Amino acid sequence: MKYYDKLIFELSNEGSIGYSLPKDDFSDISVDLDSSLLRNDTLDLPQVSELTVLRHYTNLSHKNFGVETGFYPLGSCTMKYNPKINEYVASFRGFRRIHPLSDESLVQGSLQIYYEMEQMLSELTGLDAFTFSPFAGAHGELVGLMIMKQYHLLRNDTKRTKVIVPTSAHGTNPASAAVCGFDIIEVPSLDNGRVDVKALKEVLSDEVAGMMLTNPNTLGLFENEIEEISKLIHDAGGLMYYDGANLNALLGYAKIGNMGFDIMHINLHKTFSTPHGGGGPGSGPVGVKAFLKDYLPAPIVDKVNDKYVFKTPSHSIGRISGFYGNFLVVVKAYTYLLSLGKENIKNVAYYSVLNANYIKESLKDEYELPIDDVCMHEFVFDGLKDKSTGVKTLDVAKRLLDYGYHAPTIYFPLLFEQSIMIEPTEVENKETIDDFIKVMKQIAKEAIEDPELVKGAPHHTPIRRIDEVKAAKKPVLKFKDIGKYD
Amino acid sequence: MHRYLPHSRKDIKEMLDTLQIDNIEELFNYVPDDARIKGEINLPNMLSECELIDHLSSIASKNKELKVFRGDGAYDHYAPVVIDTLISRQEFLTSYTPYQPEIAQGTLQYIFEYQSMICELTGMDITNASMYDGPTSAAEAMFVATSSLRRKKILVSNTVANRIKDVVYTYAKFRDIEVEEVSDDNGLTSIDDLKSKLNKDIAGILVQNPNKYGVIEEYSEVANLVHEVGGYLIDYVDPHTLSLVKTPASMGADIVVGDGQSLGIPLSFGGPYVGFMAVGQKLMRKLPGRIVGMSNDLEGKRAFVLTLQAREQHIRREKANSNICSNQSLMALYVTIYLSLLGKKGFKEVGTRSYKAAHYLLKKLEETNKFKLKYDLPFFNEFVVTTKVDVDLLNKELLNHNILGGSKISSNEWLLCANEKMTKKDIDDFVKIVGGL
Repeated sequence: MKYYDKLIFELSNEGSIGYSLPKDDFSDISVDLDSSLLRNDTLDLPQVSELTVLRHYTNLSHKNFGVETGFYPLGSCTMKYNPKINEYVASFRGFRRIHPLSDESLVQGSLQIYYEMEQMLSELTGLDAFTFSPFAGAHGELVGLMIMKQYHLLRNDTKRTKVIVPTSAHGTNPASAAVCGFDIIEVPSLDNGRVDVKALKEVLSDEVAGMMLTNPNTLGLFENEIEEISKLIHDAGGLMYYDGANLNALLGYAKIGNMGFDIMHINLHKTFSTPHGGGGPGSGPVGVKAFLKDYLPAPIVDKVNDKYVFKTPSHSIGRISGFYGNFLVVVKAYTYLLSLGKENIKNVAYYSVLNANYIKESLKDEYELPIDDVCMHEFVFDGLKDKSTGVKTLDVAKRLLDYGYHAPTIYFPLLFEQSIMIEPTEVENKETIDDFIKVMKQIAKEAIEDPELVKGAPHHTPIRRIDEVKAAKKPVLKFKDIGKYD
Repeated sequence: MHRYLPHSRKDIKEMLDTLQIDNIEELFNYVPDDARIKGEINLPNMLSECELIDHLSSIASKNKELKVFRGDGAYDHYAPVVIDTLISRQEFLTSYTPYQPEIAQGTLQYIFEYQSMICELTGMDITNASMYDGPTSAAEAMFVATSSLRRKKILVSNTVANRIKDVVYTYAKFRDIEVEEVSDDNGLTSIDDLKSKLNKDIAGILVQNPNKYGVIEEYSEVANLVHEVGGYLIDYVDPHTLSLVKTPASMGADIVVGDGQSLGIPLSFGGPYVGFMAVGQKLMRKLPGRIVGMSNDLEGKRAFVLTLQAREQHIRREKANSNICSNQSLMALYVTIYLSLLGKKGFKEVGTRSYKAAHYLLKKLEETNKFKLKYDLPFFNEFVVTTKVDVDLLNKELLNHNILGGSKISSNEWLLCANEKMTKKDIDDFVKIVGGL
């Protein structure tokens, strides 16, 4: 198809409309706002017909890559298939057309979803109670840290102002701790990619509120000293926070609560198959052990005499979202869990880990594997093995686009200079994975035989590499900015 | 086998051979024994697709779909069907954050269009790719003000809805920011109380428009007063009302936040909605979240890309202004398509209709002599009436007619909301029911 780059504003045609309203019954009523309150600024929205809008956004969609387009091995993001049945049930009028401030007796269905989802997540994780108010993973982190802080403060333990975060942590971890008013202590990793327990011991004190950890960590490696780490933090009076971004590796296999974690968040848009939507909406439910239950944000759902009710926990941190989180996302995750059931849930962990190890072993002759160990659901290469060609991780990623793949996560974690983080998830079959391995080997070969080809990639995408410096130096952030610097 | 899990026995065997192991369990050797799930996990059995549909239908049927005369932060508006058709496309629905711009121009361009429209509505210079919801956007706006001015205190007008205020209080408490309320004076933010509380320690004031009573406030004076002490006006607006009401920019707002839900997003029991935040040029580098900019590729083609990323958590870590990462991108697309379909004419028409429906509703209620507008001030599509009849009784009777009545402010104060979907008959029926009580 011909290249398409129009903006919706550029399709505007005076008088065109794309809506229909009932006949105006209210001709006897007029807008009588005082002129001091009336809008007198322009309101330059486009004027386009329904078909024009359909064509425009359909054409834009063709420039996107989705999970149904092809393999999406984006590390840390768990780009598994987003089942259609989830979307279908979330579109039921009984879910979509419900006002959030309806009386409890009118929304028993919604409350049942929350209640049963909490029970299932508790069983899967070993944590005792959940809130669904957080909108995303980072929001969950913030809520979890608020709970941590509230717990210490209400015990009059006011000295605990520091949170420990490994250097390999997701960027949101230290950012969330800072937003919650904590100072951050970073602990380094050992050569084997795990938290340096000796270094951890040295930073422990009665000022430590807790530690944030993801396990498997961002290198895809299991923190095999987790029990020791949890014990150290607990002995120092701190709490353990689990960043659930990597939960897929352990889904149905192990309970997070049994590793000493007191608080966790789950990314429903990763582990529980709800779509990422180009950046959201996600959902970041937070789970806690029983002793922290009373600190959860308001409201939570309970069941009393066969009726579902809202409650405000006694020491609640307060309200952290307008209503109750991204309800429809929870409906999708609920549907996913039931479609797997107890019979299949463990296979999520099994096959995601099997797929990752298989790719890692198949490619380690061509790509630098800095830590040669069994990985969990993902792993990290440090660029191509042959560094002499000058072909960088960015080039490999862009070349993959030419071959019809989404790129892996690159330049994260920050522990290596040329990180390539690959997460295949459990939904890919061996054939898909073998094709990917073949292409990755081909790119490694191209890097040696024709490095300029790789460095100039992508060649076959809707657009090629972008001038990012220009975008930042001369920001054009809306339609009316166009031409601003001419 | 399961339809989402495609591994055949043969595949597994071959993969294990490559790994030189006998079974998958060996890959989990590092997991401590105590952490493992032993025996059967206590989850429900799997449901087939037919069973899932039946089960979820039965749950959905326990919710009651009603004709809605309630607003209070979530608004029932008309939305063209085409929006759902488009946002269901897998290219939009299933893609990740557009970190590989060469294969994410669809997402990047709609965010650019969304940014353009939010700026157009609010009159502000710059906005981001979306926030979570309105109340969390207000809380983040407070951080923008306190951190850029290095002040630790903000004011909140008592005419701001509790639901928003509560979230702001929670965020403030954990970051040691002091929040003080400015009282209300007959439905409006009290200028006298504001004056008595303003000083050079104040980072700004959060106000809402229309406010929690549905009243449209003119904030130019509040803006001037807060600017005199070097603070910011943070204006929480309902974007639906910007079809007719003066922009926050023209009232002097420095930071504009709100919830895009009133732009046709289904009620959905509270989410997903979409928060927004827009600022003037001077706060560009303080804005949280993702921002899309226009540039070109190496062949000169127009291209869109995430920009000004040095503000964000994945670069700045603990020094970032905000921890936001995932936002509500797909709902930003929803709003973009909504505003495209309605366009310049339709957006005004929808606003006018919902304004008229609400004013007709009030007129009819007043004609019964049982209801009176609480504050005789301008409103848009939401307003408070006082009544001698118990509000619980009114709502109960309406429910018998499948209508969700207004929010209860007190036993004799009722917050009602109307919209462009309502016909004269809908409203006449409503008034007939409550007028007979």
